[in-house]
Order: sequence, then C-alpha cells, then structure tokens
Amino acid sequence: MSEAGAIALIFESGQEGRANRYFEQGKPLENFLPRQLLRDELPLPDNSELDVVRHFTRLSQRTFGIDLGFYPLGSCTMKYNPRVNDAIATRPEFAELHPYTPDDLAQGALAVMYELERSLSSLFGMAAFSLNPSAGAHAELGALLIAKKYFKERGETSRDKVIVPDTAHGTNPASAAMCGFKVISMPSNERGRVSVAEIRKVVGADTAVCMMTNPNTLGLFEEEIAAIAAVVHEAGGLMYYDGANANAIMGYTRPGDMGFDLMHLNTHKTFTIPHGGGGAGHGPLGVAAHLVDYLPTPVVVREESNFHLDFDRPKSIGPLRSFWSNFAHAVRALAYLYANGSEGLKRVSQLAVLNANYLRVKIAEFLETPYPEICRHEFVASAQRLKKQNGVRALDLAKALLDYGYMAPTMYFPLLVPECLMIEPTETESKETLDAFAEALAKIVQRAHTDPQALFDAPVTTVVGRVDETRAARQPDLRWRP
Amino acid sequence: MYAPHTERDVEQMLQTIGIASLDELLRVPAEIALKQKLDVVPALPEYLIQRRFAHLAAQNQGVEYRSFLGAGSYRHYVPPAIAALAMRGEFLTAYTPYQAEVSQGYLQAIYEWQTYICLLTGMDLADASVYDGATALAEAAIMALGASGRRKVLVSRAIHPNYRAVLRTYCDGLDVEVDEVAFARGGVTDYRLAAEMLATKEYAAIAIQSPNFLGNVEEPSSDLTQAASASGTIPIGVVAEALALAALAPPAAWGAQIVAGEAQSFGVAMAYGGPYVGFIAATEEHMRRIPGRLVGKTVDNAGRTAYVLTLQAREQHIRRERATSNICTNQAHCALIATIYLALLGKTGLRDAAALNLARSRELASAVANVAGIRLPYDAPFFNEFVADVGRPARDVLAGLRANRILGGVDLGRFYPELDSCILMTATELTTTGDIAALAGALKEILRVPAHV
Ligand SMILES: Cc1ncc(COP(=O)(O)O)c(C=O)c1O
Repeated sequence: MSEAGAIALIFESGQEGRANRYFEQGKPLENFLPRQLLRDELPLPDNSELDVVRHFTRLSQRTFGIDLGFYPLGSCTMKYNPRVNDAIATRPEFAELHPYTPDDLAQGALAVMYELERSLSSLFGMAAFSLNPSAGAHAELGALLIAKKYFKERGETSRDKVIVPDTAHGTNPASAAMCGFKVISMPSNERGRVSVAEIRKVVGADTAVCMMTNPNTLGLFEEEIAAIAAVVHEAGGLMYYDGANANAIMGYTRPGDMGFDLMHLNTHKTFTIPHGGGGAGHGPLGVAAHLVDYLPTPVVVREESNFHLDFDRPKSIGPLRSFWSNFAHAVRALAYLYANGSEGLKRVSQLAVLNANYLRVKIAEFLETPYPEICRHEFVASAQRLKKQNGVRALDLAKALLDYGYMAPTMYFPLLVPECLMIEPTETESKETLDAFAEALAKIVQRAHTDPQALFDAPVTTVVGRVDETRAARQPDLRWRP
Repeated sequence: MYAPHTERDVEQMLQTIGIASLDELLRVPAEIALKQKLDVVPALPEYLIQRRFAHLAAQNQGVEYRSFLGAGSYRHYVPPAIAALAMRGEFLTAYTPYQAEVSQGYLQAIYEWQTYICLLTGMDLADASVYDGATALAEAAIMALGASGRRKVLVSRAIHPNYRAVLRTYCDGLDVEVDEVAFARGGVTDYRLAAEMLATKEYAAIAIQSPNFLGNVEEPSSDLTQAASASGTIPIGVVAEALALAALAPPAAWGAQIVAGEAQSFGVAMAYGGPYVGFIAATEEHMRRIPGRLVGKTVDNAGRTAYVLTLQAREQHIRRERATSNICTNQAHCALIATIYLALLGKTGLRDAAALNLARSRELASAVANVAGIRLPYDAPFFNEFVADVGRPARDVLAGLRANRILGGVDLGRFYPELDSCILMTATELTTTGDIAALAGALKEILRVPAHV
C-alpha cells in the first residue's frame, strides 16, 4: 500500500493538447456532420500516457486484491485466480471475435460454450444451463421469469409468492420483486437451518418458488433439503438453488439430486474468474428437464460436429443481455474445469471445507462461533459478547484486520447473526496462512479487552482512516465538476 | 487444482478439527449423495490446457476476415497501456470495495468513471455500472416506472433489437407493456407519431437511441420533447456506440433525463459478446432511483479526502425486496478499462478517433453506393455505420462476401422483415482503404450476376 495523501483526480491534471498520438489528427467534425448535431464542448483532460500510467498504477497500489493477501470474504469465494485463464481468455481469436460472426466461423467459441454447458450440467445434475446471465443476481431474475412463465402457461397465475429463508442473500428477495412476486421470509431454526415444519407453515397453493442456498449463508448444510423440496413440490411449487456456495459440494452432491428445479452458479466465485473489483461476473442458469424450453435465448446447440446459436425457441423468456454471454469468462471457467477434471473439483470442495473447519476451530478458541459444529466452506463468528463487554463490534475487528494486511471478512451478513463476521478461506490458502490469520485475530480480540480504543481507531496503517459514510450519504458528491 | 495442501497438512488439520476423514467432513444424507460418475472435461496439465484452447481458438476463423460488423459491438483501437494497467493483480483480484480504507484506488477510479460518463452524457450523476447496454435500458425503464407509477413504456423501433428484446424480458416480469414507435422513411424515429402516442399520458418513459440501430443520428424535435413533458413521460436516451458521444450533442441536449448505454467501445474487447459495461446516468432528481453501486467522495476521520460506496439504502443488501434493482456484482473491471481508455485518449484523442470513424465510414458509404445495384436508403447523418440496400436478399449477398473472406455487415432482415435486402455496415478507425476496396470489389462481382428470382 502506498503512503497517505490524496491522489489528484485525473480531471485535475493534464493540459489541453497534451495528446497521445494514437491516431493521426482528425479533420474538424463540421466536415462530416451538420453543426447543430455536434456537441459544443468536450471537457475531458488530455494527459500524457506516462501520467496516466502513473495515475492508475498509484490507484492500484491503494487497492487490496487476493494477489496482495488473504481475502476471507464470506460468500464470495475469493480464491486464487490462475493467470493461465487470463492468458487464454485474452487470445486474439477469442478477444477479437465479433458477436455477429457467423456460426461456422466461430466454432471454437461455440465449442467452449458447449463444453462448459455440458460439464456444468453433469456436475450439478441439471438438464441444461444457459450461459446468458451476467452474474448470480441476473440468473436469479432469469430463473424467476422462467417460473413465472411456466406457471402462467399452466394457468396457475395465483402462484405469486416466493419463499426465502432469513439467511438468504439480498439479491434473492430483490430478484423476486423484479418479477412481481411477493416475498415470504422464513425463519431458520436454532440450528441455523430451515426445518420441514417451518416450510409446511408457509408453503401453499400460492407458492411459486422456494429459493434456498445450500450450504446456507451460515456455512451449514441443510440436511433436510430433500424433504423440504418434497413439501414444495407437493404444493406445486418450484425449488431454486442459489449456487453462491457451490464450492462446498462438488463431487459429493448436486442440486439436481437435492430436488432443485432451477439454479445459478457464480462462476466468478467457484471457478476462479477474477472478481475485477466488483465484476464482471458470470452467472450460468441451470434448469431441470421440464424447464429447458424456457431458458433465455440464445442456446448453444450441437448438430453432429457443428455448433450453432439457437434463437428460435418459442417458449423462451427471451434474452437477458445484449449478446450471448460474458464469453471471456466462459473461457476462463472452462480452462479452470480443464485444470481440475471431476476428481480435482471434488478435491477443491474437500480442501475448501477442510480449511473452513480448521479456521473455525482455531477461531472458536477466542471468539464466539454461534453454530459450533462442522461447517462447510465458510462459517460465521460473532462479536456480540465482545460488544457487551467492551463495546467492540464486528466492524472494529474487521477494521483492525486491515492493519494486519488482511481483507476483512463479510460483516453483518447473514442478518440473523448479531455482530456477524462471515469467514470463507477457500482451498487455495495454505495452513500457514490460516494459522497466521487466526493468530492476528486472536491478538486483536485480546486487544479488545485491554485497549478497546485502539480498535475503534483502526485502521491506522491505511492511506485513509475510517471513512465518514454518513457525510457521503447526506451530502452526496458523486462526481467531479469542472 | 490450485490448492497448496500436502498430505501432512491435511492430516494435521483433520486432527485439529477432530474428525477422521475428508469424506466424513463433507458427508451428506444418503438420499442425495452423488451416485454416478460425473461427465466433466478431463483434467489436463497447464501446457496441455493451453494447447487445447489453441486448437479451439483456431476454429474462430472469423477473426481473420475483413469485417464490417458493428451493430452494438465495435472494433476500435485499444492502446496496450490499458491492459498493462487494468490487468494489475491489485485491480483484477479485488472485489466490491466494501472496505473503503483498503480500496481507495478502485473507489477513486469508479468516481472518475462516474464523472466521465456524466461529462459525456451531460447528466448530473452516473452509477458504477450495470451489466450492459441492454440491461441499462431495462433498468432505466424501471426507474421511470417507479417515478411515474405508470405501467407502460414507449420505445423507438430504431433502438437496438436486442436491447428492445431484453427490455421486454424484464417488463414481462413486471407485467409492464412495451409499445414501439415506428421509424419514418428517413430512418429516424417518427417523432410526430411518438408525440401523438404520448398524448395518452400512459407512458412512463420514451426511449430513443442515437445513433440509432440503423446508424442514423436522431434529432428529436422540440414537439416531441414538449409532448413528453406535457404527458409527464421521462425521456430516456440510449447509446450503443459510446464513441459517438465524443462528437454528437449529448442526450441531455434533447431533454433526456436518463441515459442508458453501452461503453464497450471504450477499450473493452468484443470477446464474442462480453463482458461489456452498461451505464446509467440521470438528472439529479432521479438520484435515489438509480440502480447499483454509487461511489461518493467524503472525508476520513482525520478530514482527509476519501471515497466510499454510498446511498446504499437503494440496494438489495440493505433494502432487499424494496431495492431499486437486484444488481450486486456489476461490471467494475470493464468500467475501469473504459476509464483508463478515456484518460489515455483525452479530449483530443477522442475527437480524432471520432473524426476517423466519420471519415472512414463515409469513404465506405461512397464506395458501396458506387456499386451498381446498391442504394443507400437513408440520407440522415450517420456516425460510423449506415444501411446499404443491395436489392436482393442480404443473406445471399453476405454469403457471397463470406466466400471472399469478408464479413460484410449485419443482415437487417433478421430484425426487420421489410429490410431483408439491407445490410448494416460499419467502418471504424481500424477499417483500411484496402478493406473498403476489397468489399466494393466483391460486391461488384456478386451483384453483376443477376439475382435468382
Ligand atoms: C449467497 C449469494 N447469493 C447471490 C449472490 C449474488 O450474486 P452476484 O453478485 O453474482 O449477482 C451472492 C453474491 O454476492 C451471494 O453471496
């Protein structure tokens, strides 16, 4: 990380005419277009390439990524992003391929999509996947649109409710609302799981979809999932699998086997696509056989040894995006599958779960873990006791971790655990890293007892201290002005 | 497999946990346990993975052809400095900047992106990105629906057909009707008809794309903007070729209150369709309806300038089913690429690029118009693409060009049945005089032979 002090905005530097010679000088625009169609001014700075390179290099030095250190952000699966995937995805034959290239001249790209789709279908027990959605939330929307259309065609338009557990990610209810569904929140039991008894209470003739994450966002496996699915199916509803936590199950069970009809994956999590500072993601949408016809367009199909994009799908919900897929990410995901094969993927899940449990046991020595049992790929800890004793909150622990060179865990999610820290180490971290992290957190907790103020003041080694979020929201400053 | 564990590590860790085996750790109830063999691509060592993909890549022969494809995905020059910066691991392997203190660099870059989009569109504010141009239009429509409480939106039929299709997909979910207003003979939206339709006062929004899908620059009449304002309809400007913003009056100039667009042209690879980067910009009054992340400037506890994600009460992780959108992961890295592109080119470079696009596309248009049997049906001003009517099925002519290793453009019959003899052709700064001569020559040959009747 670089030293303190603001970096000037790109708009505050440069001189008009300090142009880089990417192009020859263009003729005046009036030569081509009538004056009234042209803009009066274009108030953008001209900076030398060196100044731009320095600017963004410095900005990168103020940004924490996996490449800098341990990134235990629960629910986000921040594993190592192999560089070979980027090398392949940026090959010119992929990067420079236009989406309207005729199918017969894009067979390599279509083969990538086909191989990925087939592999995912087998790995997760679905009849087919669509690679159309851009991220998990986008796939949730697509899946719920499928459900809506499916019920409409069956004349079951009174199914207007979507059930989500209280541990569900915010995108689940938000996606349901975008399809006009009413959201029913379902409480977890004292073991952090959905019980069959609870699902019976909320399910009915108005149930469209029940959305579940398994393992759930507490990192706990929903053991009664098959019975839950049976209850929902008996009532005529569909089961949706939020695949954000797929890193925990590969080679052991599949959403299809658990009874799910629809699902998404976040390949930017499970399959090592770089998160890029918040995206782009990639959210394949899987369906069971009775829903294949509804998948978004286009779908890659194979005819003998040829592949093509099929747009002619009368029952489809239609496209979810401008062009076919976040294709460069499909390339990365497939490269990752090649690096593992089915046995390797099973090993990935084994070691992800091993790392999480190891860290859980170490952290339980000095911090509350509200669900003290075998977890899957992640677990939650809570600062509630510390807060009562010393006023130290999850936020303070998180900020103190930044001073030790770690990214903080996910905070205050899931909502039902007070002062929650959600920790996901992933399989690409070594035992030494986990030991060092646990040791750092232990020191911080120790400090909470002896000198809580030090934690309220953290972080102190970063380029800025705690940021005034209230002011940001009360006096929004969302852009520079000339 | 990218895990560092030795067998000894695994044993020690199992012991610490107090469990006998990995299988026990991952056990699931018998009724759902995996029973069959998985059919996943085989595991390969890294050098063979590269070989496998080299083999697949070689089957994308389209990249070697002379190409006049555009239609929402554009081939532009990308300075190598972009990849050198954007592919830095700090940027590439970060996630959403929840912890502001260790994310100041990315947050500042997104603040700069928001500013660039505002300066280019003439709007007051812009979000941190949405998935792409098509979903930007859908999200913009949802903003207008929320603001007006109405259940219908009106879109020009000259908006990118894929954008309209995605808008329909989203609107089906909300039981919202999408009506279309035709384009007039000149290849721009029929503003008179649009104004009449708005008089019903039923539409939450009217969306117009410029340059439109046919390549033509739209110039909505003041009658239309007055009709929109009289009917309480929110004008949405749509941008599919963002480079045109370097030359054209911004959508704010004709009264757009929301601008929904695609910024792929700013240094983002065509990559067979993605990832790209959508943007939403709007006037101040729509601030609390804008979807997705927003970065704001504030101070830290010592009064130093700092950036942070803000106005999060709009978002799904706080507001859940009452959020303005479900978007979570967005297109941050593509927005970063676009920001670096804009910084490198600057005003001068963007103007030069725009001028070259205007020049090359005119060179192409006159070469094509000189071919016997081809007519340019519209005389509206265009930016870098235009329609050529080849007087026979465009599909056949494009197939003939393909035999000459030329991708002649997009067959408009695919989207507009009445234009099945028309091709949408694009030229950018990367189109060469040789490309144009090759296309014109091949078209001459193909059209010399009488069409089958
Ligand atoms: C449990 C869960 N569901 C859904 C999502 C949404 O996925 P995305 O961010 O890819 O849209 C996330 C991720 O952030 C998640 O953690």
